[in-house]
Amino acid sequence: MLLFLLRRLLTMVLTALCLTFVVFYLTNLPPNLEKLAKSEASARMTDEDVAKWIERNGYNSPALVRYGEWLGILPGWTRTEEGVTTGRCIERGQDAAAAPSRCGILQGNWGWSTVFKAPVSKIIAERLAATGWLMFWVMAVMVPTSLLIGVLSGMREGSRLDRGLSIFSIASTATPEYVSGVVLIALFASATTGISPWLAENGWISGKTLFPGTATSAMEGITFWNFTLPVMTIALYGIGYIARMTRASMTEVMTAQYIRTARLKGLSFRDVVLKHALRNALIAPFTVIMLQFPWLLNGVVIVETLFNYKGFGWTLVQAAGNNDIELLLACSVVAVFVVLVTQLISDIGYVFLNPRIRIS
Amino acid sequence: MDDALSWGQIFARMAIQFTPVWIALVVTFGLSIAFKRRLGLYGKMFDSPIAMVGYALVMFWVFAALFAPMIMTHDPLSQVSGMKNALPGAPLRGVEGDYYLLGGDNLARDVFSRMVAGSVLVIQIAPLATLFAFMVGVTLGLPAGYYGGNLDVGLSFLANLILAFPVILLFYLLVTPEIVASGMPQYLGMVLFLFPLVFLVVLFNSRLYVKPQLRNMVIAVVVVVGGWLYLSLLSTPGSKIDILPPSIDPINVPGNILIVFVSVVFVNAPTVFRIIRGLVLDIKTRDYVAASQTRGEGPWYIMLWEILPNARGPLIVDFCLRIGYTTILLGTLGFFGLGLSPESPDWGSTINAGRRLLAAFPHPAVVPALALMSLVLGLNLLADGLREESLKD
Repeated sequence: MLLFLLRRLLTMVLTALCLTFVVFYLTNLPPNLEKLAKSEASARMTDEDVAKWIERNGYNSPALVRYGEWLGILPGWTRTEEGVTTGRCIERGQDAAAAPSRCGILQGNWGWSTVFKAPVSKIIAERLAATGWLMFWVMAVMVPTSLLIGVLSGMREGSRLDRGLSIFSIASTATPEYVSGVVLIALFASATTGISPWLAENGWISGKTLFPGTATSAMEGITFWNFTLPVMTIALYGIGYIARMTRASMTEVMTAQYIRTARLKGLSFRDVVLKHALRNALIAPFTVIMLQFPWLLNGVVIVETLFNYKGFGWTLVQAAGNNDIELLLACSVVAVFVVLVTQLISDIGYVFLNPRIRIS
Repeated sequence: MDDALSWGQIFARMAIQFTPVWIALVVTFGLSIAFKRRLGLYGKMFDSPIAMVGYALVMFWVFAALFAPMIMTHDPLSQVSGMKNALPGAPLRGVEGDYYLLGGDNLARDVFSRMVAGSVLVIQIAPLATLFAFMVGVTLGLPAGYYGGNLDVGLSFLANLILAFPVILLFYLLVTPEIVASGMPQYLGMVLFLFPLVFLVVLFNSRLYVKPQLRNMVIAVVVVVGGWLYLSLLSTPGSKIDILPPSIDPINVPGNILIVFVSVVFVNAPTVFRIIRGLVLDIKTRDYVAASQTRGEGPWYIMLWEILPNARGPLIVDFCLRIGYTTILLGTLGFFGLGLSPESPDWGSTINAGRRLLAAFPHPAVVPALALMSLVLGLNLLADGLREESLKD
């Protein structure tokens, strides 16, 4: 087990290094640096000025060297011009001798966001907290609902209930977040269409719409009203997939020998499902739910953009759209970390839940 | 000045507009059901109501794309004054008996025509991109599963690497004008588009190697025709790769469409690779594989002509699902305004344009959203029905 963990951790670190280098390389391509120079200094710079700016700010050394600087394993660049030493690790006005030689993410220095004009670590921490709440509520809605649907439809394969719920699951997997979000807003958060005008006419709601069309107010305080639509939008896409996996696992368990034995023993169907089938049927969905986290990340980006909820996904879009290199790198580190850690947890959890699997 | 149409009239007029599609659907279903016993798995599909509903939805959009010029009531790009954010069924100002069936968007373009025009883009790109992803996945997944060892470890690591990348981040990094200008999509395409060519050459080589003359001829044809298509697809005048002279370069894909295509293939290929690898690991322990190994068949013959045909059931099902997923990915790209030009009528871009005024005028965004959903739903239902039918064997 220990050896397995060690190997997995090693692969994880290697994967993370490769991925961050790819992001680093792509964001630091010459045209991107040129754009950065123009947005940071002046939009009407000549090509020579751009080249000079890039050189002065330490962007002209090889990508691999700068990647090492960003990681903090290579000393940051320094440059002496007219007696004044500037460098990656030297803050403005700081004495060059007093500055540390290395300053990368290993030293806890995540850099400076050029879009939000704030330290990256602060932005990421704030935004992640906001997204954490969104993820929490999505999970709280999605997991019980999908497991219930899956178990109910897998319980009696081919029944009318199974058919109905299966079609619902298929429909939900065919509804990506940007579709369900748009439809939900049109139904519940539009003053002209959906049910809101009708409710307002009857005086059942005080405002113009049942739900607000944005979740910006949820940044201050999460309420049922401002969080329902975003959470439903993400959950809807995931429910179908998890439910179908649960159903497949449940139908397989229901045909097993020990279930037949339990039935023949004279146990009620209810007891058979709850006491014998359920535990074994929930092993496979566990993996699926864990692997759903990376998918949630996509959903979060779409929904936060659609509902203007300023969380991690929204930040990622802002960083990518404005080529905010250091913020984007930090975002990708977080995203890759989430993906790899959930993969690891799902592997380990699977072994614990299913003793038949041996790692060797 | 006419009155606005009621919803009943709108649907009636839309149904009339779709007449060529109805005719084509009736013909397709009539012929297929009549000959269903002779059509193999395709025919069996018509035993399952779910698969039939799915197939009908998919073919509806395929035919809509095919007959798009006949179905569209207006030009999808032209703007008509006074029709800005017009409600569904609004009459065109000054023209008798002419309506915006599903209203106008915020640039006064016809939502209905844009929806139909959007289907053309999706039907063109999604199946082709999925096919390419399959070619890449098959060409790499077969040897990885069959040989195992370091090749498998290396390729699996690469596949997991791409899969660990958040899709949207990857799109944002790849599909920007700066990257397109740097020629990156073309270089990536250069690698990815090579796989179908390699696949076909190996396919025929392993089958016909006992008949060298025929083999040489077939491979020569594949290399010349495939190579020409390959070069023509990549080389675009005025871009980084401009090899072929314009006279023999019929396919010129604009850089932004190419990058969309390449990135969708790039995202899908690792998943296909993993599926194929898993299937090969399972199938290679079967007796018929051992038999052909004893017969002295080459490894590629066994992979392509013994293992691959026996993996077709799950692969066909996954192909349907994956086209749906590719459609969703294309929509995601459009939703973030990546790749395709803003006035492009594809569904993702239209939803993106419509979402700004969503609360006041939902119709420009809801129409393409429902269109996209119905196509993906059709593909999912089709895959589900096919899975059930193929399990009955």
